[in-house]
Amino acid sequence: MKIDCKHVWDHISSYIDGEIDPDLRKEIDRHLEHCSICSATIDSTRNIVVLMADERVYEIPAGFSKRLHARLDAAIHGEETDPA
Amino acid sequence: MTQEEIIRKAEEKAGEDALIARILAGERDLFHELIRPYERILYSMVFSMLGNEADAEDAAQTAVIQAYMNLEKYRGESRFSTWLITIALNEGRSRLRKVKSLREDSIDAIGEEADGDYTPALLTDWREIPSEVLERKEVREHLQKAIERLPLIYREVLVMRDMEGLDMEETARSLCVTTTVVKVRLHRARRMMQRGLAPLLKRYAPKGKGWLGGWS
Repeated sequence: MKIDCKHVWDHISSYIDGEIDPDLRKEIDRHLEHCSICSATIDSTRNIVVLMADERVYEIPAGFSKRLHARLDAAIHGEETDPA
Repeated sequence: MTQEEIIRKAEEKAGEDALIARILAGERDLFHELIRPYERILYSMVFSMLGNEADAEDAAQTAVIQAYMNLEKYRGESRFSTWLITIALNEGRSRLRKVKSLREDSIDAIGEEADGDYTPALLTDWREIPSEVLERKEVREHLQKAIERLPLIYREVLVMRDMEGLDMEETARSLCVTTTVVKVRLHRARRMMQRGLAPLLKRYAPKGKGWLGGWS
């Protein structure tokens, strides 16, 4: 089986997650050896996935936890009614 | 999921179920401990939906209070976190409905059906971007804006899987979809992120030999 770029693009996500059929992985790896566009596409996608996992992308506001527990405390001790 | 992960998750669930039983039996203050591990994901989920800190904070708080008030309805069939995240998702969606019409949902639905002719951002050379670049405000903003531009169904999956590291199973259960649907949405979300972000982020990669590959 010989695969083309479009075929590789269809499997980028599962390739990155390592959830791909071993034979297909071998074919993609073989394709990547000579295709700089697909290599860069997979590397850049993987890079973005790595950056996304960093907690600095969404920073929790300062004092968030404290305010959350204060409001919860008020609910537990009967000072707030069901918001639903 | 590995055998170890399955065992660890089962133990976590047993611990949480025991905690919940104590809360329902009257030790109400233990609810603080129960939700502590999920503060971040609750905030991230609703922030990704609502797009501003004040609304996200209020929505996350409301979701926690709702969970507390309705704890006896938690059946223990799913994990507590799944139940809690579903409450937060519903809170986020209900607030979105108040500010927008249902139009966005129909656009999202079309987006899921149509795969179309996809072309990635075409690069020929890509170097690893060190995570230190996230110190830069503009890089964080690029990422936040790219997430914000995704249709909601893709944004939800991307935040749950890639940002908060939820497993496939829990993401699917929280969203009431199959794991196949999660995989497809995640794949499309990552492709959209690559197309929108790679050209912008490329400039933050370290310079070096071979870097002049440039655009294809």
